[in-house]
Amino acid sequence: MTVNMTKGQAISLQKDDGGSLTAVRMGLGWQSAPRRGLFGRRVREIDLDASALLFAGEQLVDVVFFRHLVSDDGSVRHTGDNLVGGAGTGGDDEAILVDLQRVPVHVDKIVFTVNSFTGQTFEEVANAFCRLVDETNGRELARYTLAGGGAYTAQIMAKVHRSGPGWTMTAIGAPSNGRTFQDLLPDISRQL
Amino acid sequence: MTAELVRGQNHPLTEARPEVRVTAARPVAVGVVLTDEQGRLAGVEGVLLPGGPAGPPGVGLPGRAAGGEHRVTVEPAALPETVHRVGIVLALPAGARFGGGPAPFTAVVADGSSGPPLVSYTITGLDSECAVVALELYRRQGAWKVRAVGQGYAAGLAALLTDHGLPSAEAQRLAAVAAVAVVAEQNGDRPLPPPSAAGTPAAGTPSAAGASAAAGASSAAGTSAAGASSAAGTLSSGAPASAAGTSPSGTPASAAGTPAAGTPAFGTAASGTAASGAPAAAGPPAVGTPAGATAQSHGGPAVPAPTASAGVTAPGAPEGSAARGTSGGAPGGATAPEGAHAAPGGAHTTGGAAPMAASGAPGLPPLDAPGAPGAPSAPSGGTSGAPPGGASGRTEPSGTHTAPGSVPATAGASRIDYRHPRRERASSAQGHDQAQDRTRTRGEDGAEQPPAPVAGDAAGWSMEERLYNQVWGMFEDLARAVAAYRGAVEFADNRRDQEIDAVLGDYRARADGTVDRARREAKARREELVGRAQQVLDQQLAQLRAESEVVEPALPPAYARWESPVWRSYRAPEEQPLALRLGDLSLPESGALRIPLLLRLPLERGLWIDSGAGGGAGGLLATPEERRRLALDMAVALATRLLAAHPPGAFTVHVIDAAGAGARALTPLARAGVLAEPPSVGPAAVSGLLTRLAGHVDLVQMAVRAGAAESLPPGTDLSQRLLIVHDFPHAFDDRAVTALRYLADEGPRAGVHLLMVADREDAAGFGALLDPLWRSLLRLTPVPEDHLADPWVSHAWTYQPSLPPGNGATLEGVLARVAAARRG
Repeated sequence: MTVNMTKGQAISLQKDDGGSLTAVRMGLGWQSAPRRGLFGRRVREIDLDASALLFAGEQLVDVVFFRHLVSDDGSVRHTGDNLVGGAGTGGDDEAILVDLQRVPVHVDKIVFTVNSFTGQTFEEVANAFCRLVDETNGRELARYTLAGGGAYTAQIMAKVHRSGPGWTMTAIGAPSNGRTFQDLLPDISRQL
Repeated sequence: MTAELVRGQNHPLTEARPEVRVTAARPVAVGVVLTDEQGRLAGVEGVLLPGGPAGPPGVGLPGRAAGGEHRVTVEPAALPETVHRVGIVLALPAGARFGGGPAPFTAVVADGSSGPPLVSYTITGLDSECAVVALELYRRQGAWKVRAVGQGYAAGLAALLTDHGLPSAEAQRLAAVAAVAVVAEQNGDRPLPPPSAAGTPAAGTPSAAGASAAAGASSAAGTSAAGASSAAGTLSSGAPASAAGTSPSGTPASAAGTPAAGTPAFGTAASGTAASGAPAAAGPPAVGTPAGATAQSHGGPAVPAPTASAGVTAPGAPEGSAARGTSGGAPGGATAPEGAHAAPGGAHTTGGAAPMAASGAPGLPPLDAPGAPGAPSAPSGGTSGAPPGGASGRTEPSGTHTAPGSVPATAGASRIDYRHPRRERASSAQGHDQAQDRTRTRGEDGAEQPPAPVAGDAAGWSMEERLYNQVWGMFEDLARAVAAYRGAVEFADNRRDQEIDAVLGDYRARADGTVDRARREAKARREELVGRAQQVLDQQLAQLRAESEVVEPALPPAYARWESPVWRSYRAPEEQPLALRLGDLSLPESGALRIPLLLRLPLERGLWIDSGAGGGAGGLLATPEERRRLALDMAVALATRLLAAHPPGAFTVHVIDAAGAGARALTPLARAGVLAEPPSVGPAAVSGLLTRLAGHVDLVQMAVRAGAAESLPPGTDLSQRLLIVHDFPHAFDDRAVTALRYLADEGPRAGVHLLMVADREDAAGFGALLDPLWRSLLRLTPVPEDHLADPWVSHAWTYQPSLPPGNGATLEGVLARVAAARRG
């Protein structure tokens, strides 16, 4: 069952049958800026970027984003930067795959963020969403709609953190501002 | 002034009798759930669905307005005190999902008003959900407000109701009721064919129309089972009870009409894409097993193939839509695929039959129908596979307007189960599937068992390619696993150091025992983390070891260790191998686990076996002479492996042994007669061979560039060649060195490969001139040394050369067989 998450809502990343999840994907999709004719008004492309920040306690140990597509241990992978967005029909334009079983033991939190690299606020982006998918069967675990959001350029989406033997996901949905994840670090540290 | 709500937003509701209107582009059941402060249903009486019983005062489902909107009237003041929330629920038939079409629109208007709505909410962002709580009217400190909820349920209405605290069985029963209503609505959407002439009494009331449809259908079909006809009545009338009434047979099949029997007609997908449409699936809610459901569908043998006399065979249900019908909340939806497949054969027009499925005027409230005369008694067909109450007759309403008079009374008579046995079914049968999964993936101790490794468990066209990919997958797995472990240990060490530093910086703490305690604690924390990391690593290593144990024996000769039995039973291959095993790779953490180092063929660059004193620890163990000997042995083993891995004649080996120092080691090759010519000794022979090879490379390259490979002079040998260079740079003059560099650069593309056995120090006299040469070659060592990096995390891997065991019998045996294969 898809959970349309609300701020602060926590869901345990367990399969319905009680087994823990092994791989999740954070997908980000948005509609590219409308194109006009050859001599029409030039529109700026919209470049949203998904990032995953790996924390050990309060300490940032690794980041997966468009300039560092695979975490050092290989457990978190970014499928590649998309600079312009897609059709806005629900497909993921950027995705970060997390192999939860491979995440090193000292990493106990993974924070997912979305930034507008080109600076458009989420008000200006159409059909933007962010979702968490159980990669093993494609089932959607949680979904956030970004479009129609406020006048901010970044959002701290969710954190996946260890709890007991498995992982739990907490939706954060906190707005922030910044071009890349570095600008978000102060805000993120408040959410840990 | 309309307030457009977004999800989660609320708005005050001052209207005394607000009316909720729902506009959806396709058939949808609009219902109401009345819940308490916690959003819990007190019972079934809190659920209002079209086709179900009326609810408490204060809320009503008057049906659809002229504009095609669904309406829900609410009178908050008249609601019972216990009701605190009124949820407006939308449910699609099974198989449909909100994500595929336009977003439903909801609005709250003043009663009877035609003005602009007070509040509107477009339910966006839905995807795989097929039931949704759209709006919620709720009490807040005595006043009423409305909130946009938009909470969807992919598992359908039953899941929605269960989520509101209704027992599962009740929820599924109600979902089935709603499903029937949707079908009725679907019928109502169509132009109505002329009413039946089959003696229908009181056709004016919808229920009677439904009854007559059933009667007409069955009488026209003649042989069609009551299961089909009564279900037809069910679907078309929109009132389950009425169907029960129409069928006087009293057989279990007729019980299909009652909701409890689970006529979960949600399977009637709103396809509309084929004239015949999709059949509805039926099955008792209790039956979750697909097999059981299949039996159900067989139970309604209402496929009157002979009745095709009218001739027109309906095109059949679109398989896809019906197959997806399983995703609904309706239990037994799993039967839909069978029904769908049955449709092409079973959906027949019965010429002159009374048009059926024609009743169900839009939104008419259900009534109990009197037993309709003329309905035939049911043959026992419905009972054959169906437990009491499990009826499976179904009809296809949507076909009525395209082919008036058609009664596609298709029961799922197909005995073939077209469902993929392993495919995920996002259906109401989920619970059942999960139960199966649990039994499958969980061991007796309740822990998840990793699947047993299988050789060739990777992608590829051939077994060889699959094994190659599997080995590389293991290589990557090991690299990643160790990287995670090292990362954790490094983090643990750093954290311990920082914690100890922090304590040491505090002078007061030094006085008492705080420092020691803190140090102990920091160390303990470090040990704990490292221990956990080690545990994870051990687990992953064990899994990889198990895989390695399965994979190694399955490897073909080109990939196998020299110790492998495949070498003893070696036979010349018919095709060039994909790759070649150069040796083994390991990491300090990997213990006994060795990953084969497989290099893709044809070689893209030359190989260099470093006979000098390398930087590795192994280099210190072996004396220089030993290293040189080992290096040449290794070259011979590699050449043998290459020869053996290629089809006879497709690979030739040339040797430069300038000083003749390697004659003894090269003896096996020479004696077996697998060399193209005797080793070249002395400057003249060396430069002669190099010149010939360079000329060959030139020729092939020219021909290839000109696209005229077939115009090469007759007798040109196009086989792959390996040039073993021993004792470099002895007997090499500047011209020979230049030719060698040319071969190193251009040779691989023309099939001439270099295998240098050399010590870089020996060639120091050439200075930086040779640096590019060394860099262009893949360096291997005759003794284990950690100089190879993986492409993922750049660990330094220890390379272990692969040498034939013992006294060289294996090698000579293989060479003899290679030579024999060559001779014919």
